[in-house]
Amino acid sequence: MPKKSYRQAINEAIRQEMRRDPNVIVLGEDVAGGQGSSGGPGKVGSVFGVLAGLYDEFGADRVLDTPITESAIIGTAGGAAMTGLRPIAEIMFADFVGVCFDQIYNQAAKFRYMFGGRAKTPLVIRTTIGAGFRAGAQHSQTLHPLFTMVPGLKVVMPANAYDAKGLMIEAIRDDDPVVFLESKLLYDSDGEVPDEPYRVPFGEANVLREGKDVTVIGTGFMVARAAQVAAELAKSGIQCEVIDPRTTSPFDEDTLIESVQKTGRLVVVDESPPRCGLAADISSIVAEKAFKALKAPIRKVTCPHTPVPFAPNLEDEYMPNPRRIEAAIREVLAA
Amino acid sequence: MADGASQALQMSRDELRRAYRRMKTIRMFEERVEKEFAAGNIPGFAHVYIGQEASGVGVCHDLTDEDYIGSTHRGHGHCIAKGCDVKGMMLEIMGKAGGLCHGKGGSMHIADLSKGMLGANAIVGGSPPIAVGAALTAKMRKNGRVSVAFSGDGASNQGTTFEAMNMAVVLKVPAIFVFENNGYGEHTAASYAVGAPSIAERARSFGLMADCVDGSDFFAVVDGMRRALDRARSEGLPYALETTCTRHLGHFVGDPQPYRTPDELAAARAVDPIKNFRARVTDVKLLDLAELDGIDAEIAAEIEDAAQAALAAPFPDLSTLETDVYSRY
Repeated sequence: MPKKSYRQAINEAIRQEMRRDPNVIVLGEDVAGGQGSSGGPGKVGSVFGVLAGLYDEFGADRVLDTPITESAIIGTAGGAAMTGLRPIAEIMFADFVGVCFDQIYNQAAKFRYMFGGRAKTPLVIRTTIGAGFRAGAQHSQTLHPLFTMVPGLKVVMPANAYDAKGLMIEAIRDDDPVVFLESKLLYDSDGEVPDEPYRVPFGEANVLREGKDVTVIGTGFMVARAAQVAAELAKSGIQCEVIDPRTTSPFDEDTLIESVQKTGRLVVVDESPPRCGLAADISSIVAEKAFKALKAPIRKVTCPHTPVPFAPNLEDEYMPNPRRIEAAIREVLAA
Repeated sequence: MADGASQALQMSRDELRRAYRRMKTIRMFEERVEKEFAAGNIPGFAHVYIGQEASGVGVCHDLTDEDYIGSTHRGHGHCIAKGCDVKGMMLEIMGKAGGLCHGKGGSMHIADLSKGMLGANAIVGGSPPIAVGAALTAKMRKNGRVSVAFSGDGASNQGTTFEAMNMAVVLKVPAIFVFENNGYGEHTAASYAVGAPSIAERARSFGLMADCVDGSDFFAVVDGMRRALDRARSEGLPYALETTCTRHLGHFVGDPQPYRTPDELAAARAVDPIKNFRARVTDVKLLDLAELDGIDAEIAAEIEDAAQAALAAPFPDLSTLETDVYSRY
């Protein structure tokens, strides 16, 4: 099977869907890039290069560069979705949703329910998440809990190139607003990605590694870190079961509960602050539904309750790292 | 600009009857909303459109069901002007099963996509970006439709509105920004809160063609909209139209309006688009008072029927609480 990067996988998914369905459009800041410049448009393909070449293939009518006005980007995309297009809107960094959150959570997410089921909003909001990029407090957050708590939104966190393509195709074909969170640190990671279009369904977790001793669940970039620690611990006979839920809304409770029933121990690795976050949410689900199976208290490995710091050493400590993940696993095993 | 009397002469009697029926339906619908609110039959709160009827009806006069509008928290008039069913609206406002949104929307979220009505919107400045999106769909489909964003003077100050106007100019889409300036954003005067010399003037600075018309004069609004529609339909470009109106009542039903003097209120109520319309069409002998009164009687019966149906209707079944959050989950 051909090897492709996470970035190429997303590009291929969008390109194939744009070929298949003329209603699919892309809009956002510099999604083509260079409009009005001396060098001409299409040279950028979004700042991380995810949309490279789309302008050349589909032109300005379907790859729309917008001003740096996120509310208008998401509002335009939501209105276009409600009236029949299938827009893919890009918010360059998830941190920027602060300026357009009304159009996400008050508008697009609610059209269907508020209008009694009579509206359809097939909208994909692509954005980038994650620290470790030395980008400071306003370009580094992982804000999936904000989106996950909003009824009406679906939230996707691809953790590898294969999933990135299949989940993007699923997102574009979905009739509800989908927030598609791309981990910046994964863009250059390679994986086996089929050339043909395929779908990865929402709400179906990926069990990366089976194990009987402890369940370790993580999302996005943290999946790779959890798997790395699990591989190390396997050498000393500790068998971790590593779960990637792929989507935080809908969330595959069944796979997680089944795993905890087997292992009796849970470590949740999540790159976001500890309060009211995904790790707290997952812990509460397990506490409610698998309490009697637990042999030890649940351990959360999260970021501290701070903004993302700039200094490299502080930022590395801010993110859940292999040392902290391993310590948490050993702690629940010792309990 | 042609004067109202000669414009009236250019409209067919059927057109004039339809316009009058819509304006008067809005007036009587809103009066009934006030009454039912006072009787405790409407949950939450309601914002009525009394005094502004000529604006909404004039703006929608030359729109079809295929054209789009996005509305405001004061949206009942826009719904009726766009052809939404009044019984479905009354049911919705009372939160009843069978309402246009099955009782899940309420007064500030009435929508009917089959009429191109993309929703009242309880967020001030919520609709303009959405209307730009609908205009983008029309542009992509090359179907000649236009999209109208209704805003008040309050929303004219919102950043989302500025962004939407700029986006419409940049993307070259047939969006029409209608600013109904009724002199008040909630309880604060537009003369205080709108920092620009005028809303139309500010819209013009975004690169839009813009105009300001007397929003209490149906014919002036139609005339202004025809210029906007010409720009939007034939050139596919955006336009802004400010309509100056007066708000006969408070911000919400029951607002005691301590901030308006009795003299000011009396002057605001003296500007009555419906009286104005009746005088104009009877002056030129296109419609007579007896015919207009006959229409009034029909509307009264229709509103009574809608209100009785809404009062009698059940609330939504509890089993619908969790339906229609998603298409599929």
